[in-house]
Amino acid sequence: MKAFTRHCGLVAPMDRANVDTDMIIPKQFLKSIKRSGFGPNLFDEVRYRDEGQPGQDCSKRPINPDFPLNFPRFKGASVLLARKNFGCGSSREHAPWALEDYGFNAVIAPSYADIFYNNCFKNGLLPVILTEEQVDILFKEMDAQEGYQLAVDLPAQTVTSDSGHVFHFELDEFRKDCLLKGLDEIGLTLQDSDAIRQYETERAAQHPWVFGAIK
Amino acid sequence: MAGRTLYDKLWDSHLVKQNSDGSSLIYIDRHVLHEVTSPQAFEGLRLADRRPWRLDTNIATPDHNISTDKAEREAGVAGMVDEVSRIQVQTLDDNCDLYGIKEFKINEMGQGIVHVMGPELGATMPGMTVVCGDSHTATHGALACLAHGIGTSEVEHVLATQCLVSKKMKNMRVTVNGTVGVGVTPKDVVLAVIGKIGTAGGNEHAIEFAGSVFRDMSIEGRMTVCNMAIEAGARVGMVAVDQKTIDYCEGRMFVPKGDLWNQAVDYWQTLTTDENAVFDTEVELRGDDIAPQVTWGTSPEMVAPVTEFVPMLDEQPTDEKRQGLERALDYMGLVGGQAITSIKVDRVFIGSCTNSRVEDMRAAAAVAKGRHVASSVKQVLIVPGSQMVKAQAEAEGLDKIFIAAGMDWREPGCSMCLAMNADKLGAGEHCASTSNRNFEGRQGNGGRTHLMSPAMAAAAAVAGHIVDVRTFKEVVS
Repeated sequence: MKAFTRHCGLVAPMDRANVDTDMIIPKQFLKSIKRSGFGPNLFDEVRYRDEGQPGQDCSKRPINPDFPLNFPRFKGASVLLARKNFGCGSSREHAPWALEDYGFNAVIAPSYADIFYNNCFKNGLLPVILTEEQVDILFKEMDAQEGYQLAVDLPAQTVTSDSGHVFHFELDEFRKDCLLKGLDEIGLTLQDSDAIRQYETERAAQHPWVFGAIK
Repeated sequence: MAGRTLYDKLWDSHLVKQNSDGSSLIYIDRHVLHEVTSPQAFEGLRLADRRPWRLDTNIATPDHNISTDKAEREAGVAGMVDEVSRIQVQTLDDNCDLYGIKEFKINEMGQGIVHVMGPELGATMPGMTVVCGDSHTATHGALACLAHGIGTSEVEHVLATQCLVSKKMKNMRVTVNGTVGVGVTPKDVVLAVIGKIGTAGGNEHAIEFAGSVFRDMSIEGRMTVCNMAIEAGARVGMVAVDQKTIDYCEGRMFVPKGDLWNQAVDYWQTLTTDENAVFDTEVELRGDDIAPQVTWGTSPEMVAPVTEFVPMLDEQPTDEKRQGLERALDYMGLVGGQAITSIKVDRVFIGSCTNSRVEDMRAAAAVAKGRHVASSVKQVLIVPGSQMVKAQAEAEGLDKIFIAAGMDWREPGCSMCLAMNADKLGAGEHCASTSNRNFEGRQGNGGRTHLMSPAMAAAAAVAGHIVDVRTFKEVVS
């Protein structure tokens, strides 16, 4: 898995609450059997003026000039500033794949939907949680300053702006550790194979109907 | 000592290992797979030279992007018109064949929407942990399972290890006591709950639905409720075991028989919340206060009783609320203060993992019987949730009622709930839909979704606009 330690980059906004994963990556792109290539279709329905199709060359499509990611000043952004309950709805991991493929390394929002939040960590994408007030401050600073950047430091658990704000954020220890080291989580779990087998033996004695039914 | 909640009991009985960093290794009893979120997981297994940990835990079926058109379905996977979708379904077949995973293939009896299929085959049973790469996996919680959606990386993790690294959620109880009125269905109850707590109200929680309204519901109705826990932000929704749960399970394909059945029932009867258990969050509604519900906006929390009106911009308490409402009304082509019943519908969709079980078909047919679709309505899709639902509905003659009313009787699949196949809305079209999400573009680019119950959707099809099904006298009596 891709590791994350520190990242400093250009900030782009997604200034609405409850952004759902259907909006992050619409359903027609879920037909792919690959993990990559979703970046050109990130936020497809609000980013382009036409209806996108899988496999299409997006460079020739009419863009929505009112959508911030299409503004020249946000070209090359790698930190997404968002509002509460980001990533709600469908469990599609294609959402963090699309954000990552587009070039985002971190998302900053006051809250996330549970499944999306969990999926981000599997893909080296850091979902930072700040308070609504802190996120408001960052939105205002970004609006006022072209080329606005933020530095996200995972070991220190801080977001730092050029203006000198240093905001601390919280996350679970195990998620932090996996992301810092880019650990293979399956490999880690397989180190507990004996414990899993022992559990299965005990469970099969108690609840034998759970095993062997489906053939 | 405080008692344990149903969720606590399910969690404790699946704990393989408690790690020092606060995470836990949780054992997964049942893993349900479909074509959209599994191919990258199987590819990951192969790249790492790993194999599935256990085969008899997995059950697969294609549902998300298959056609519901009879002629196209009869041609099987090879006949799928959309090449990209065909490759995805073929990939599921190939992966299941390669590893020996039980799959109900595209036209096989047993195939259906994953969350209809699992319970009706008895593949999901009380007390199990159930996961699937789909957020509506909470549906299975109606059988007192700990069931939730996962991403594709976790699909691979479960395939390879039969476990997930998890963190325990908080306990929430949603209690609805009293009695619901005639014409008020499980869909209306859960929409009312979402309207009350909001689309993020259940974040980080597992919800147990308790109280007389859920006790009085059928298991299918409880599935409708648990299905939409995720629309309130909760990955998990559950209802405790009672006699209905046990009666529902008895005799199904993968459920144990004989002594093993008796042993299972003894255990299942313990799957209730202890009286002195404490919940982190408690929510209460009165069943008697709930009217048929309809969503008017672009989030399931944007919902109102059918007797009411679209909210007014100048009544919003905060700028954020006003901006959100303005954007939603603009997208939906509605104005504040408009009566919900004044909304005209262009298409109607009755189906999805929320409302495609046989009792949903019966409720829709009761309204459609002897009536006809309004001339202004372009299409009414009736999509049974599984081959078994389809067969049962046809045995009861429901298909003939729908067809006589001018509705389309289709083949089982997810269909217009997420519009991955050809069933979709055109830009600007309003749809009375029994599905679960009214997000922008969910049912087709520019489409406008109004969530409601099967009876309400059938009534809208007949009237040509949203209408209170309680005005259909013979349905109510």
